[in-house]
Amino acid sequence: MPLYHNDDQAMLKDSVAPFVAEQAPVSHLRKLRDSADATGFSRDLWAQFTEMGLPGMLVPEAHGGLGMGHMEAGIVLEEIGRNLTPSPFLSTSVGAVAALAKAGGTQAGRWLPAIASGEAIIALAIDEGAKHRPDRIATTATRAGNGFRLDGKKSFVLHGHIADMSIVAAKTDGGITLFAVPKDAKGVTADPRRLVDSSLASHVTLDGVEVDADAVIGEVDAGGEILDALLAATRTGAAAEMVGVGQGAMDMTVTYLKERKQFGKLIGEFQGLQHRAAHLYGEMEVARATVMKAQQLLDEGNEGAKLMVSVAKAKAGRAANLAVREGVQMHGGIGMTDEYDIGLYMKRDRALAEYMGDVHYHIDQVARMNGY
Amino acid sequence: MSDLDAFRAEVRGWLEANCPAEMREPIREEGDVCWGGRNWVFKNDAQKAWLEACVSKGYTVPDWPKAYGGAGLTPEQTKVFKQEMKRIHARSPLDSFGIWMLGPALLQFGTEEQKVEYLNPIARGEIRWCQGYSEPGSGSDLVSLQTFGEDKGDHWVVNGSKIWTSYADQADWIFCLVRTDKTNKYQGITFMLFDMASKGVTTKPILLISGNSPFCETFFDDVEVPKTQFIGEINRGWDVAKYLLGHEREMISGGGAGGDMVSIGSAFAKAFGKNAAGELDDPILRAEMAAFDVDVFAYRAMGERFMDMWKTGRAHPASSNMMKYVGTELNKRRHELVMSGGGSEALEWDSEETKGGARARGWLRTKANSIEGGTSEVMLNVIAKRILDLPGA
Repeated sequence: MPLYHNDDQAMLKDSVAPFVAEQAPVSHLRKLRDSADATGFSRDLWAQFTEMGLPGMLVPEAHGGLGMGHMEAGIVLEEIGRNLTPSPFLSTSVGAVAALAKAGGTQAGRWLPAIASGEAIIALAIDEGAKHRPDRIATTATRAGNGFRLDGKKSFVLHGHIADMSIVAAKTDGGITLFAVPKDAKGVTADPRRLVDSSLASHVTLDGVEVDADAVIGEVDAGGEILDALLAATRTGAAAEMVGVGQGAMDMTVTYLKERKQFGKLIGEFQGLQHRAAHLYGEMEVARATVMKAQQLLDEGNEGAKLMVSVAKAKAGRAANLAVREGVQMHGGIGMTDEYDIGLYMKRDRALAEYMGDVHYHIDQVARMNGY
Repeated sequence: MSDLDAFRAEVRGWLEANCPAEMREPIREEGDVCWGGRNWVFKNDAQKAWLEACVSKGYTVPDWPKAYGGAGLTPEQTKVFKQEMKRIHARSPLDSFGIWMLGPALLQFGTEEQKVEYLNPIARGEIRWCQGYSEPGSGSDLVSLQTFGEDKGDHWVVNGSKIWTSYADQADWIFCLVRTDKTNKYQGITFMLFDMASKGVTTKPILLISGNSPFCETFFDDVEVPKTQFIGEINRGWDVAKYLLGHEREMISGGGAGGDMVSIGSAFAKAFGKNAAGELDDPILRAEMAAFDVDVFAYRAMGERFMDMWKTGRAHPASSNMMKYVGTELNKRRHELVMSGGGSEALEWDSEETKGGARARGWLRTKANSIEGGTSEVMLNVIAKRILDLPGA
């Protein structure tokens, strides 16, 4: 498979890119932010996503979805990134779908069709501290009656306060188990916090939450593989979104270099800025190729995917970070103002970079996967 | 079985029967690379047998037409051939500037007679070529070159000098940019071919910081060149040169300018030792190597995407400049880490244990990566101008 979009994928991009740019440009984010929106995204926009079939892109056709792959989901995420669109797409339609499709069974049958029809928003309750450490999950699930009792604290749970269901990773006697915890479960408290990029992420407390045995996603103690699938999909998706954020910031900055005059010249004439912009271009191109490779390997079910996913999250993290930092610097004073969009790109990049493992986490993973 | 599978089986069988065991060992020293030419002394019988076997099948230049000494393979077959070579770690039977540089120029711009006359000896490893581009006063600003060919009717008389001529002291012929019109900067250069044994040609090796001398200064003192020995049109040699520079960058890009594409960290963990947690036993070096590995794996994906796009006409024509820039900077970084990983041992300059200071010399050699074939700064200029369309660039 060549590492560029095929005709179908190019067509998908041609329909999604103008749709997101028209319906949810950066002004859409500003409107939600300035109205102190309590949901974290626009349900009207999600309904429009649903009309286009986007929430169920990755949902298998048997469950009412389109049965597409990560390469296609990445096309949507890049546009979400480029327009800084607040959306539950990444957690619901990518992370949760990957876990449910991998696990199959009751929960897949319950939630996958609801995701595809746009009815269900899903949150991913994985992290427990300020840093992403999925190998140190302390939340416990103990057998109680017919089911389990969950106790613990989760953090950085995007959409956690409004999600119809949260996928909770917990420790069981013999390993990790994933649970589908419905919105109204007793003992769940979600405390949403406004983040730097205006998104809402919750601290979720699980205090003696009782769930039935069939709330288990997959098998008891066998959640490790399902969690891996969830993480691989979400990390790759976040990387694709960062490519969009970085590209958006870079495009805006290159345009500014061609408009802004100082010392009687367009600032884009100065070689000091030209070389930095050209360097950034190279980094963004490499990041884009890397993310596509990770998507391709995931779609093929290739065993090399895990390494490439970490490479992609790290590389896209580095490149997008360079794009937003250079973006603000090259815009000069106006780049520091709230009125101008470039600063919003910097904020979004910071949140995405942290999500599901930052650059340092994934560099460390690359070392481990290579045996050192 | 598809045709391509059948071809793969055929190549595999042929390689098994014809590639000597010694030619499946890693390249260890300069003499292991076969350059061919009139004065080539084979390092051993295996090197000679391997070259002759490949020549008989056209496998020194597998994708060239059979009439010019190649095997006439399609791009898909060529890819399979290379995969099979790599699978058994077969050495390249023949390396040469004739194959990499002059050949593609001749295939693009040469007459039928020129292709037959010059390509076959290149494919057979009989004539070794060198490239006369840079001059002492014309490095990045190559088009300012001054070496002049005076028109004498049926021949030119060439005077001037070239620099950074790779292996000029061992080459049989030179392809050379010579000014033939002093009034026209770009359309006043001719792409000439002549014998290095011609009267008036002298070479002087340049000692580099690596202690090696792969490059020469080359002097032309009233060298007579018949007016049949040029490619393309008279005074339009810059077109050929530009084509070749693009080709060179493409080759660097496709050939892994990032250097060896394996994990540097895992290679060093073996030599360096690991701590109880199984981590390379130097946390900061481990972190730097892992960060480097990320960039290497990322660049490998970029190389794959670049070639996929380039071959199907999807790539921006200037994107090979980006590949050259990123890849060469990456390779320099690799060798900095190799030196750090090697510690004081890597500093040894001529000891037997270090194979004559291979690491130190290799590290110094890589500093030229971002200078030769267009400096990193020129690459960035080209990206700024042709891809980003920045003003005044």
